[in-house]
Amino acid sequence: MIDFDVIVVGGGPAGTMAAHAAASGGAKTLILEKDRDIGYPVRCGEAVSDQGLRQFVEPQPEWIAATITKIRMRSPNNTAIDFESKMAGYVLHRRIFDYALANRASQAGAEIQTRAYVDGLVIENDTVKGVKYQYMGENRTLSAKLVIAADGVESRVGRMAGLRTATKLYDMESAYQATVGNIDIDQEMIDFYIGENWAPGGYLWVFPKGNRMANIGLGVVGTKAKDYNSHDLIHNFIKTYYPKATMLTSVCGGVPVAQTLKHITANGIMLTGDAARMVNPVSGGGIISGMHAGKIAGEVSIEALKTGDYSTNGLEAYPRRWRKAGGKNHEALHRISDSIKDITDDQLNKIAAKLEKVPQKDRSLLKIFTTVATQKPKILLDVTRAFTGF
Amino acid sequence: MAGIKFEIMTSGSCENQFRYLKGLIMILVKDNRCDFCGTCVAVCPVDAIELREADIAILDNCIDCDICVWVCPIEVLYSDKEEEVKHD
Repeated sequence: MIDFDVIVVGGGPAGTMAAHAAASGGAKTLILEKDRDIGYPVRCGEAVSDQGLRQFVEPQPEWIAATITKIRMRSPNNTAIDFESKMAGYVLHRRIFDYALANRASQAGAEIQTRAYVDGLVIENDTVKGVKYQYMGENRTLSAKLVIAADGVESRVGRMAGLRTATKLYDMESAYQATVGNIDIDQEMIDFYIGENWAPGGYLWVFPKGNRMANIGLGVVGTKAKDYNSHDLIHNFIKTYYPKATMLTSVCGGVPVAQTLKHITANGIMLTGDAARMVNPVSGGGIISGMHAGKIAGEVSIEALKTGDYSTNGLEAYPRRWRKAGGKNHEALHRISDSIKDITDDQLNKIAAKLEKVPQKDRSLLKIFTTVATQKPKILLDVTRAFTGF
Repeated sequence: MAGIKFEIMTSGSCENQFRYLKGLIMILVKDNRCDFCGTCVAVCPVDAIELREADIAILDNCIDCDICVWVCPIEVLYSDKEEEVKHD
């Protein structure tokens, strides 16, 4: 007797989307979440685009901390360039949002267990057949026809299945974020600080969170994290630029800005979201890509349950459909992020000085990139590809 | 040195303590300061870090490459090599 059709490891957006799709298709589904709560701690800047979110769920007012209509980018010398954003975006309350997605999965029939730490897989004949986990100090084992690993940046479940998930230092952002109160900022604007002096090999963000609050965070590329500590950088930034702000929460975390793993399936298992390295390598955003891939993984699990083929071959639709849906774009973005890493502070200041002269209404994304391209000609090719869809 | 011994007791297995006492390699964890974010786990090339919500352990297959020490956003991990330099 097999306990579950599908066991999803991880109760973030990727895991709960996968569980929702699997349960909706009639699969007996269980989500195992290692933390006490779904949605907490929030290791995330919490910004998403309206368009991205709307593909999967109708945005609900209770999830939304702030609605974004403006984007500001700052150069290393603090020249501010403002863009009107045609598409609205949101800064979410992930705590509430993740709960809502988990609730949605449970209403489709999925079971959820929190405080369940997966520490091993049941593997027979080179095929994943279940999970081993600890619950309140007790060791438990459950069998499953399929396991979906949505265990986030750590991505240990994939490793247990023999997949290579270890991320190179230069593909990892070492990040720190404080949620602060008593701050006077434009609550409709997200603010990016780009350059080595703000965040070496990454960027610093100030995202509004409603009620005079904000998420202020930054990421430092792993190869520079030895010399620059994201915790100290963010504390100094807040002290210098928002001395009246009070810190309500702080979290640290890693943002994998890597290429998606070469293999995201093995016999009996699919990897999704951060665990599969699906974060947008330019923006560091992983909510939408995780939801998208999670949904696909859930749908593919239903098809596999029908055929009874849980081998890598039987699951081949997952990587294929992910590549079509987001993977190809992801590859282009990774190339762009590689090129951006080489742009010096001096070049960024020159770009900002040029953009400052362009009237705000004409500051389209394409204009930014053409300006960037005059400074860094070699990335023009990739940018063109990204915008024309090859 | 007492502090280091205490940390080995809490963050390593018996075998790891043995390796440490023999002068072999080891990464250590500052007690009560880890935020359990998992970044070090993601970059570890040999899967030698295990993280639960309230417990982080460096496992016996650690090769002392230090990249987890570098990537940690809050400098909770440290290498015993650095510690010895400080004490010298």
